[in-house]
Amino acid sequence: MKEQSSLESSEIFQLLYAIPDPEVPVITIGELGVLRSVDWVNGQLNITITPTYSGCPAMFAIEAEIKTILKENNITDFKLKTVHFPAWTTDWLSDDAKKKLSEYGIAPPQHSSQIKHLRPDEVSLQCPFCNSDKTHLTSWFGSTACKALYFCDNCRQPFEHFKCHH
Amino acid sequence: MNKDLFEYTLRLGDTSLILSQRLGEWCGHGPMLEEDIALTNIALDLLGQAKAFLAYAGEIEGKGRNEDVLAFHRDANHFRNLLLTEQPNVDFGFTIIRQLFVSTWQHYLYSELTHATDKNMSALAVKSLKEVNYHLRFASDWTLRLGDGTEESHQRVQAAVNELWNYTGDLFEIDQVDEALLKLGIAADMKKVEASWNKHIRQVLNDATLSVPEINNFMRTGSRKGVHTEYLGFILAEMQFLPRAYPDAKW
Repeated sequence: MKEQSSLESSEIFQLLYAIPDPEVPVITIGELGVLRSVDWVNGQLNITITPTYSGCPAMFAIEAEIKTILKENNITDFKLKTVHFPAWTTDWLSDDAKKKLSEYGIAPPQHSSQIKHLRPDEVSLQCPFCNSDKTHLTSWFGSTACKALYFCDNCRQPFEHFKCHH
Repeated sequence: MNKDLFEYTLRLGDTSLILSQRLGEWCGHGPMLEEDIALTNIALDLLGQAKAFLAYAGEIEGKGRNEDVLAFHRDANHFRNLLLTEQPNVDFGFTIIRQLFVSTWQHYLYSELTHATDKNMSALAVKSLKEVNYHLRFASDWTLRLGDGTEESHQRVQAAVNELWNYTGDLFEIDQVDEALLKLGIAADMKKVEASWNKHIRQVLNDATLSVPEINNFMRTGSRKGVHTEYLGFILAEMQFLPRAYPDAKW
């Protein structure tokens, strides 16, 4: 019988934390809040993840990547579970992660406390390319479930916005 | 097993699944790139919700049927989706009105279910509601643009409202499953949902210069018992073909 890994759950958490998101690779699944917990329970490793949006197809790639890393670390006895509670929100993104999104060309989400609940499009967004706030929404839906499409009226560039989800 | 909870969860899952399949038919055929993407994004959200609800239904049933088995290996009379969701796309306006009716229903229904005493039910309602809010905004905005748009767009969406209205009675029909779960604090109070739905729909249609059909219209119902319109069989024939023809097929 193979000996189980001697890694602490916190060490494994850090390893998995660093997995880049398949669709927005500039931030990790840890920063995004998809990775929820890693615990040893009676010699079995329990990992929980949560989807950003219910239908996010990146979850399959994320699960595969987690399994690869566990295998590399000789962890064979594990349970990978998807949970829906607490429901994912962009308020979990750190300022650091938001800065990375902006540098990548995606306007980051505002904190939910900044959003007027019924008129979310009244918030003016800064263009990630030229920093102008003369921008407008072109569609609430974009290339992935978590993004909306915007256009900058100053530098005439279309850009994506990581929607505030709360 | 709680048979009522299984049935109730199945109804929510099937409604999302069939509407998702219908919206998926728009992929590559939307009137504009942005709206093509929007419709398929909504389809994807609904598919994710269907997966979660059907997985939970399978868990409640405890007979080893997972979400895939429930989606691909049941016949039409075992499906519990709302009759509205299986109606054909017809044109963009028709699709928008169907979406408006269903998203408004889901919005108020899930709002109620966020307080459900069943923890899984409330968790899925909270999660789904966040996504449905985008769908509702999209459908409401487009109803305004089309209804208060050109003569042709107005005429097309009014025709859609008139035809789809006959299926809205099905949204609020309740049976012993709802009654039993309502007592346990799990199901939504459909009287409340119906009142809120009517208020929102009448407001949007009125703002869009569209008229609400006579309320004494004949209402086609039956989804709670698995009595469907002819369309569902054709949807399932397409959706279920591959896993039924090749039962061991893997991605």
